[in-house]
Amino acid sequence: MTALLTEKNGAARRPVHPGGPPPASRRRTGRERAYDDVPRWQIYLPLGLYLLFTLIPFYWMLLFALRPAGSTALVPWPMTGEHFSKVWNERSFAVFFQNSMIVGIATLIATTLVALAGGYALARFDFKIKGAFMLALLCSQFIPGALMLVPLFEIFRNLQMINSLWSVVIAETVFQLPLSIILISGFIKNVPVSLEEAAWVDGCSRFTAFRAVVLPLLRPGLIAVGSFAFVHSWNHFLFALMFLSEQDKQTIPVGLNTLIGADSVDLGALAAGGVIAAVPVVIVFAFIQKWLVTGFSAGAVKG
Amino acid sequence: MAQPAAVATPPPKAPRRGTATPRRLPYLLIAPAGLLMLGFIAYPVLSVFYYSLQNYNVTKPWRNGFAGLDNFRRIFTEDDQFRSTLAFSAQWVFTQVSLQLVLGLALALIVNQTFIGRGISRAMVFSPWAVSGVLTSTIWILLYNSSTGFSRYLADAGIGEYGTSVLSDTGTVFWAATVTELWRGVPFFAILILADLQSVSKELYEAASVDGAGRLRQFFHITLPHLRDAIILATLLRGVWEFNNVDLLYTLTGGGPAGETTTLPLYVANTGIEGHDFGYASALTTVAFVILLFCSIVYLRLSKFGGDDK
Repeated sequence: MTALLTEKNGAARRPVHPGGPPPASRRRTGRERAYDDVPRWQIYLPLGLYLLFTLIPFYWMLLFALRPAGSTALVPWPMTGEHFSKVWNERSFAVFFQNSMIVGIATLIATTLVALAGGYALARFDFKIKGAFMLALLCSQFIPGALMLVPLFEIFRNLQMINSLWSVVIAETVFQLPLSIILISGFIKNVPVSLEEAAWVDGCSRFTAFRAVVLPLLRPGLIAVGSFAFVHSWNHFLFALMFLSEQDKQTIPVGLNTLIGADSVDLGALAAGGVIAAVPVVIVFAFIQKWLVTGFSAGAVKG
Repeated sequence: MAQPAAVATPPPKAPRRGTATPRRLPYLLIAPAGLLMLGFIAYPVLSVFYYSLQNYNVTKPWRNGFAGLDNFRRIFTEDDQFRSTLAFSAQWVFTQVSLQLVLGLALALIVNQTFIGRGISRAMVFSPWAVSGVLTSTIWILLYNSSTGFSRYLADAGIGEYGTSVLSDTGTVFWAATVTELWRGVPFFAILILADLQSVSKELYEAASVDGAGRLRQFFHITLPHLRDAIILATLLRGVWEFNNVDLLYTLTGGGPAGETTTLPLYVANTGIEGHDFGYASALTTVAFVILLFCSIVYLRLSKFGGDDK
């Protein structure tokens, strides 16, 4: 990795090792400490309160998912798997899970590839319609997916793609693209052009140079963008609700909504379904957490 | 903002084969993205404008055809529901954006400090960011449930009373929904602000404390001005997002009780998808789009985005 990128990741990774020594760049001068020395209680008290607000709902869901029906204990003990086996088998969450995985992974691949091409063009070339293209990307942020449902539904009906998971993949990809392109072009701009030029001088084609020199340096950025795409399409509800009417084509959020809408809400099943919906995104989140802040500061905020 | 990108000149070597000459290469690279966006964003937007001038109802095909501005006349003169959903949308967006800004800024400032356990705290307070609207609703429906939810345990402890469901009471539903949306909205705001916060130079604070500026003055004279553009952009994007997003309210309250929490997009979705009145829904969409665009432009003008600070 180049110094540039290790430095960037270093900044984001630092908090992961809170006990570690302070980085060399931070001189502990008296003057600097004057700013940094916020009284500890002013950090831990509000943070603790906010953590309670964040974590109690998660705990609540786990509690309902794990304790037997009818129990009112505040600790899920004795534990039961009945709710999980119920939603997984009887409520077809096994099928929903598989569908959501297909949509998530296909959207991840499509978004990353298309955005990589577009981002490279924006980062490395000047071309006539570049300004217009940038404007289109920014403007599309203002166009509400929910308000496009009607025409999108029409389009997919004409393409005979209603009840095909691909309709959802296309719609998700399209709405992920603008932000992904902006993010990726931000990452590519961070890779010095001189690295590519050196490879060209050595006889590499533009593509080989890109693959051998730029691509490895983009890994953190691509992981961030791909993860956003996966998490978004995993979570997104409306497209799947509208384009997939057959039960065995539906995704997890739609499945959850049917549980919410059931006449007599089975809270245990609902909670178990929620846990199943949360697990993949929690895993992805834990994985990308250290790149999250860097990802935004490299790509989105500074444009 | 937009700096001229480095023009990467190709190496002086043998002429390239095929169509991928550097002159055409950028167009080739943006083609997939461009075509997808033309087909699935630009075309739908134009067709919304087109349908808005039509009578287009799947259940009443005999009436379909050109309607002129009739749909718009109906919206502005006859439709009481339009007015109430618009008012609720405004209230919802304003409440969410202002509270998310205050809480998100505070959260970002806290987790930007150095303290023991910072990494794990960051991961935990940011985690609702990854949670979907439907899942958020799911979790909070469990919390708000009148017989086994949180209120039951509070009632057991002598706070409040049994059997209150905050989601079906018109007096409490707004704040119940607001707290729910804040739960997952604040982390995203905090992440955006934290990203920008990390680029404030430490020297500025050093110089300020040498000059005897306290922490409060440092915040108002260094931190806040530095964050200005990020805050403007984040509030604008969040405003648009909170206006447009329907999945939380759709699943949490279904727009109820008694239409109390129906936003304009939710109303559009109900009219178009469930009521099958595509023409009228498209006219509503057009109006929503114009309102959104107008508010965004006014907001950017008033806030002088990217303007002459310093």
